[in-house]
Amino acid sequence: MRDQRLWTWHIGAGVVILVLLGLHMTVMHLDAFVRVFNATPEEPIHWSNVVARGRSVFFLVSYVLLLGAALYHGFYGLRNIVFELNPAAALKKAVNGVLVAAGIALFVVGTWAAWASFQFARVAG
Amino acid sequence: MIDTKGRPNRLGIAGWLGGGRWGFERYLYTLHRLTGLGLLLYFVLHIFVTSSRALGPESWEAAMGRVSGGIFVLGEYLVFAAFAFHALNGIRLALVELGIGIGRPIEPVYPYRTSVHAQRPLAIGVMILAGILAVVGGFGFLQ
Amino acid sequence: MADTTTHTEVVFRIRRFDPATDAAPHWEDYRLPDTPGMTVLEGLKQIKESQSPTLAWRSSCRMGVCGSCGMFINGRPRLACNTQVSELEASLVTVAPLPNFDIIRDLVPDLMPMIDAHAASHPYIIRDDVQEQQHPTGEYWQSMHQLEEYLQFSYCIKCGCCMAACPTYATDPQYAGPMPLGQAHRYNADSRDGGFTERRRVLAGERGPWKCHFAGECSQVCPKGVDPAKAIQLMKRALVLDYLHLWKQPCPAPVAKPLAGLKRREGIPEAPPRTIGVAGV
Repeated sequence: MRDQRLWTWHIGAGVVILVLLGLHMTVMHLDAFVRVFNATPEEPIHWSNVVARGRSVFFLVSYVLLLGAALYHGFYGLRNIVFELNPAAALKKAVNGVLVAAGIALFVVGTWAAWASFQFARVAG
Repeated sequence: MIDTKGRPNRLGIAGWLGGGRWGFERYLYTLHRLTGLGLLLYFVLHIFVTSSRALGPESWEAAMGRVSGGIFVLGEYLVFAAFAFHALNGIRLALVELGIGIGRPIEPVYPYRTSVHAQRPLAIGVMILAGILAVVGGFGFLQ
Repeated sequence: MADTTTHTEVVFRIRRFDPATDAAPHWEDYRLPDTPGMTVLEGLKQIKESQSPTLAWRSSCRMGVCGSCGMFINGRPRLACNTQVSELEASLVTVAPLPNFDIIRDLVPDLMPMIDAHAASHPYIIRDDVQEQQHPTGEYWQSMHQLEEYLQFSYCIKCGCCMAACPTYATDPQYAGPMPLGQAHRYNADSRDGGFTERRRVLAGERGPWKCHFAGECSQVCPKGVDPAKAIQLMKRALVLDYLHLWKQPCPAPVAKPLAGLKRREGIPEAPPRTIGVAGV
């Protein structure tokens, strides 16, 4: 029941990551070939470019989506690896709990950062 | 039913590594796991490092300063290469595990052409694309 | 007849373990004359007859149809009767019991966990019309195309080679394994079967195909070309479509009504009277 659903979402999250992380990698590392979402001629991690992206609603939404999808996808994979080492049932429950808690915590941190930098960029820019 | 308790004989984690002689998809499986773990580790750290931008330009510059040495550039390139492999192999896995590209059930006639053979062109194709992507991305790091 | 050919020798390195006397499994070497066409199974028999009468293994048909003699030969799970010594292209033949199963003795693995997992997925035709199944009135209609959907997977001889090759089963005994999952799909894909919903109770949860990551080893080592990896991926497809409510459970194949209005051709005699099931016989 659960595993059928969890796995389907794992594949779905993978597709979302393929698109969004592909875009992120293009912006950050393929700037020599295709310059996209880098408003100033500085390198992509320069503060001016960070602010320019931070101001955009598109980036706010896609970073939060990417964060959620990647956390789910990665933690499901980690859960698979740990469970395949055949831990005791109580340890399995503990691992489930830790992964859910850590996932939610990291999602909150990342969403806060995206939102706060959105506010900051709108004020500063 | 057998009364005597048998002697355990599982291969354990060595069973995850048994590639080469049997098939190159076994190596791809092991590498997919390793790159996944590497990417996950990097990702968790990345969330914290990039969150510094919410606290202003000084905090951002400080964070970028902390991760700007030669070893970090090499590490980031490895992350990019791991992403190239994991993403493209992931495309193959998503297709194959949904039954696309593995052929229809057929009457088995020796020598058997299995689903592994049927998806082999796809596997080779995604590996070539991953290699190209890793090389192309490398140019950005050489600057 | 005088034997004028020069014999080469082959060394069989066998993993021996007698729980009554040994603390741990150990290797033992046996030298045999290498004769043309010798299979690993024949080598084992010669060793038992002439060198080590206590050597234990399972075998039966000696022709690759019963699935008893699965062993780990030169680093790969194979059937001993199907493996020629010459195809191994080595003068050393290592024979070990099938990995990922407990060793009962010498080359005899405990396959019951695999059989139990297989039984748990209801590997038989399940239909609503139990009366028809118990007292059949006719065949079930099934076209050649419907047969092809599951025929490949029905060739499984339950030898366990796929289970020995699977990387997930190497670490996780809770994973059902390629054989039980492949055989569950064999029944799900059979148009005569209506048991997808019942099997889904097992397959949608932890005992399903979700720990398979398509390493493909099971299909590479299967001696009958069953391709369990293909069966498992097709099963995942069906289960995902089922979760998305896009899966249509096909109606189980209808019973063929007896053909009416047939006339016997001229000159063909009647069948002899029925004797089975007739009272008094």
